[in-house]
Amino acid sequence: MAEEVKLMKGNEAIAHAAIRYGTDGYFGYPITPQSEIMETLMEEKPWETTGMVVLQAESEVAAINMVYGGAACGKRVMTSSSSPGVSLKQEGISYMAGAELPGLIVNVMRGGPGLGTIQPSQADYFQTVKGGGHGDYRLITLAPASVQEMADHVALGFDLSFKYNNPAMILTDGVIGQMMEKVVLPEFRPRKTEEEIRAEQPWATLGKLKNRKPNIITSLELDSSIMEQNNIRFQTKYKTIEANEVLYEEIQCEDADYLIVAFGSAARISQKAIDIARKEGIKAGLFRPITLWPFPAKRLNEYKDKVKGILTVELNAGQMVEDVRLAVECKIPVNHYGRLGGIVPAPREVLNELKELK
Amino acid sequence: MIMETAEIIKPENLVYDKPRLLNDTPMHYCPGCSHGVVHKLVAEIIDEMELEEKTIGIAPVGCAVFAYNYIDIDWIEAAHGRAPAVASAVKRLNPDKMVFTYQGDGDLAAIGTAETIHACNRGENIVIIFINNAIYGMTGGQMAPTTLLAMPTATSPNGRDVALNGYPLKICDLLAQLEGTCLVARESVHTAAAVKKAKKMLRKAFENAMNEKGASIVEIVSTCVSGWKMTPDQANKWMVENMFPMYPLGILKDR
Amino acid sequence: MQHELIIAGFGGQGVLSMGKILAYAGLMENKEVTWFPSYGPEQRGGTANVTVILSDERISSPVLNEYDIAIILNQPSLAKFENGVKPGGILIYDGYGITQPPKRNDIRIYEVDAMNTASAENMSKAFNMIILGGLLKTSPIVKLESVMAGLKKSLPERHHKFLPMNEKAILRGMEIIREANAG
Repeated sequence: MAEEVKLMKGNEAIAHAAIRYGTDGYFGYPITPQSEIMETLMEEKPWETTGMVVLQAESEVAAINMVYGGAACGKRVMTSSSSPGVSLKQEGISYMAGAELPGLIVNVMRGGPGLGTIQPSQADYFQTVKGGGHGDYRLITLAPASVQEMADHVALGFDLSFKYNNPAMILTDGVIGQMMEKVVLPEFRPRKTEEEIRAEQPWATLGKLKNRKPNIITSLELDSSIMEQNNIRFQTKYKTIEANEVLYEEIQCEDADYLIVAFGSAARISQKAIDIARKEGIKAGLFRPITLWPFPAKRLNEYKDKVKGILTVELNAGQMVEDVRLAVECKIPVNHYGRLGGIVPAPREVLNELKELK
Repeated sequence: MIMETAEIIKPENLVYDKPRLLNDTPMHYCPGCSHGVVHKLVAEIIDEMELEEKTIGIAPVGCAVFAYNYIDIDWIEAAHGRAPAVASAVKRLNPDKMVFTYQGDGDLAAIGTAETIHACNRGENIVIIFINNAIYGMTGGQMAPTTLLAMPTATSPNGRDVALNGYPLKICDLLAQLEGTCLVARESVHTAAAVKKAKKMLRKAFENAMNEKGASIVEIVSTCVSGWKMTPDQANKWMVENMFPMYPLGILKDR
Repeated sequence: MQHELIIAGFGGQGVLSMGKILAYAGLMENKEVTWFPSYGPEQRGGTANVTVILSDERISSPVLNEYDIAIILNQPSLAKFENGVKPGGILIYDGYGITQPPKRNDIRIYEVDAMNTASAENMSKAFNMIILGGLLKTSPIVKLESVMAGLKKSLPERHHKFLPMNEKAILRGMEIIREANAG
């Protein structure tokens, strides 16, 4: 039976998708513009239906450490926040990466730095894909551009994080979180039983059965020669992810003379700019990275001989543009257009910048 | 009659043994440190209550960071101060498990104060074992929130000064005020009698958690021979004379 | 076909919910829809606005700077959005509290005397529905029955008793809207 088409906010879609995925626990702390995620969960009371735990923590720090604890037990656990709160979570994310724990973190970005503004922004790109917390680690990063993708990326994020035992983030912003669109929610899946988790995540700390050694979840290793080996293992895993899990969307790129590269809400705005450009006779296309890490560098590289120039559009001062320039080896002009501090550019502004490339 | 060694080492002659769950890994703790005794008690209680397959321990950052190397159960090593948050999630996601944290004074009463208070206030069905030796042992003897006034440490070399550092924090007195706690007790392990009492209290805490009575905190007033720069014997005497007046032993709350 | 609207006014005037009802009406007609609100403290009494797009095709940008239709319910919003109406587009406003009416002559301007009507006819809770009625009269971008179905869908069950009052307000808005720059 076809699922009902619903109208809801991106934030609400994440909450509903989480329940339907069979998520075991959500731990969060309110912050605009993403509080609807926890509010929706509290309204839905999934503990009465699927048994999902929903807990308002005392801080973002506590929330991410609750995720760390839940993940250590092999559970599907998640948290969500917005930029200032996600900064607070970075320590916990680093620990998760170091202990090789899966888990889902949602960042509905707002303008910074500092307390900044509650309006939409994409200024946490560097924080998310270049580190954020301490140490050499990578965070699987998904950038939904619609309410439908907000719902779909919950399952995608969890699946990837469990496939690689690595945290994953949905990196979105106030536009996608707050806007309402049509969405078809995913099918309900049952939560994993303890027996299933013991079988699929044999490392999980669910109590030491007599037939096995203790499971210890830790990121600590004082012997540097072993710690180096751990790091090499992580890097090998990251290379595998980079080779296998890249996702992107190409819109009218086949015959394009000019390319806009943009993700999330900026991609939606840029798509409109491209529609207008095409009407005006400019052959422009949109390249939309869906995974920001792993970044679709290989595919973008192929465009260095095909297009005359690239414009990156971001709600920041120029962050992803660095990765685009690296991807095309600086062989073609790569300009950046961004609005800052919570201002969202209009399609016409983007179009004007696109024309500057010519 | 002279007995041969082989005759002495017989099961029927056994009067005391290392707990089954305490493994043979040599402990990194200093001779005279209280941690070893408390580890032994925890291992004994888990075994006696037949909770080996149900217990998840949360290790802190501090000297007990390697607690997971010594007791053969499942362990999660938490970020500094966050053990109560980790434990809250583990217990809520696995209500049938036995979940305890094992934390020092810096972990529990400085960097992790918020997590400690809120886990207790939510009435999480967990046990918090709190080793208070009034000093940061692992990092080399710096001042702790529980360091006594005038007590010298690496970061208060002239003694803790109220004007500069404020007062020793009696965190358990604070936690006893919270509706979510069911047991708050202060014990020590410096004599055989004290060890026996401490074990009784720890066992009660574990029972509370399994009976979903709320949060139980057992503070063990402890020594730190290296941080205090004393022999084990001196440290025990100093603890009785100086720590006990500030942190009197006994039950602060039991319901 | 694509309709791009901005609805703007004070928080508390029902700006966001009017947009939501339009979006639900679009959903009833199987259209693609986006609803993007200004969010945050504005909701508590400052200016609030919402961009609503109804389309037969996949919608690209949910954020716009030019609109086919602007529905303006206070002076600050008029100042902000009058110039955003596309040439040939429509501006609908309530004259209550407007000291400097819209001046453009390359768009069609309509006035709905909704605030006065709502208070005179004891419909102040359905003020925004009077405005919505005016919109449906000048530009029937969705059918009335879709609006009513959308309303039913977006309102919690306990508020369904207010549906007839809302319908009455919509019909009243259709009656009282008048072209403002005809003369």
